Amino acid sequence: MNIIISNQSELPIYAQIREQLKEQILNGQIPEGETLPSIRQLAKEVGVSVITTTRAYSELETEGFIATMQGKGSVVLPTDNNLLREQYLLRIEEGLSTAIETAKTMGMSKDELTDIFHNLLET
Amino acid sequence: MMELLEVKNLSKHYKNFDLKDISFTLPKGYIMGYVGANGSGKTTTLNLITGILKCTEGVVQIDGLSREENEQAYKEKIGYVGDESYFPDHFKIKHIRTILKDFYPTFSVDKFDSFIRDWNLPEKKPVKDFSRGMKVMLMFASVLARDTKLLVLDEATNGLDPVMRTEVLKLLQEYVMDGERSVIFSTHILSDLEQIADYIYFIHGGRTVLYDAKDELIESFLLVKGESAKIPPALKKELIGMEENAYGFEAILPSEKAGLLGNAFLFEKPTIDQIVIHYIMSAGK
Repeated sequence: MNIIISNQSELPIYAQIREQLKEQILNGQIPEGETLPSIRQLAKEVGVSVITTTRAYSELETEGFIATMQGKGSVVLPTDNNLLREQYLLRIEEGLSTAIETAKTMGMSKDELTDIFHNLLET
Repeated sequence: MMELLEVKNLSKHYKNFDLKDISFTLPKGYIMGYVGANGSGKTTTLNLITGILKCTEGVVQIDGLSREENEQAYKEKIGYVGDESYFPDHFKIKHIRTILKDFYPTFSVDKFDSFIRDWNLPEKKPVKDFSRGMKVMLMFASVLARDTKLLVLDEATNGLDPVMRTEVLKLLQEYVMDGERSVIFSTHILSDLEQIADYIYFIHGGRTVLYDAKDELIESFLLVKGESAKIPPALKKELIGMEENAYGFEAILPSEKAGLLGNAFLFEKPTIDQIVIHYIMSAGK
């Protein structure tokens, strides 16, 4: 398990922790069934506040990545394929939206943009 | 009992300074940063909590106990580290060890000695020959060797080198690790301490300015930069502590007003220091 906090990132620290854990759960680096370090342990290791790690864990729980059981800690849940797919879809949409926004800003036409898209797909 | 420290309507009246209506709670297992400029009332507040000073009005409870109920038990719960060594200059570690053992029932000589060893504090030298960092670590050793519930740190990390500051951060996080003990620290420079604080209480001129969970506080403001000439009037009156130079301005804006920004300005996530600085600037005007 790796967590790298950047102070330059626009993402708040709890979101950086959440995203990095999510990534590692999705790509199997943190396997299902694995017990994550406790909220307080993680706060100390990473050097952030307990409230910050609490929020990261509770959001991962809401999104269905982990389950926290009293006395047993937080366990990584099996990532079902739908969840995985959904996460990747979301990322693709985010990436494309950025491209579209940029194209709009410079006044690029729809055709020109789809051309770029097709060209890039081919390479 | 979830709250470790409860401060209610704390006030202290002086001839030329008033600390007024300080109220907050700090739950068990959490860390609070108590911030403000020099002379804002930080030390006064902490001295009222430790019981060095008596308040004009208000109540302080630690772990459900007030000083008035049982002064001895109350003070046992507190570990205090200030920015100046409170040990007599000519004392050596052995003298300090003896005195603390006699004075505090929960003082553990073994724990104390292991800190002294870990931090390479000189046994043979008198305290007056200790470096600033060594004096601070000696205070930490004497406090952490006792069974306390609340650590009160008044500018304790001032003048420590970065390696020692990191060491202290780890100590504080270890202290709250079991979820039963809490830390309140005052400082006028947050920098690295900001990272581990769960709550921030910000005072200025003896009055409360902001008090919230740190993450919430950071999210509720934006640091805005840009050309002064481009600021529309509607935006101008929402900007807090606008600092202008020849080439542009910098200010803090409540996040819910972000709609006023448009595309003409740069904005980013502020640090607690930046929020504090701009608030102090706006108070000065």
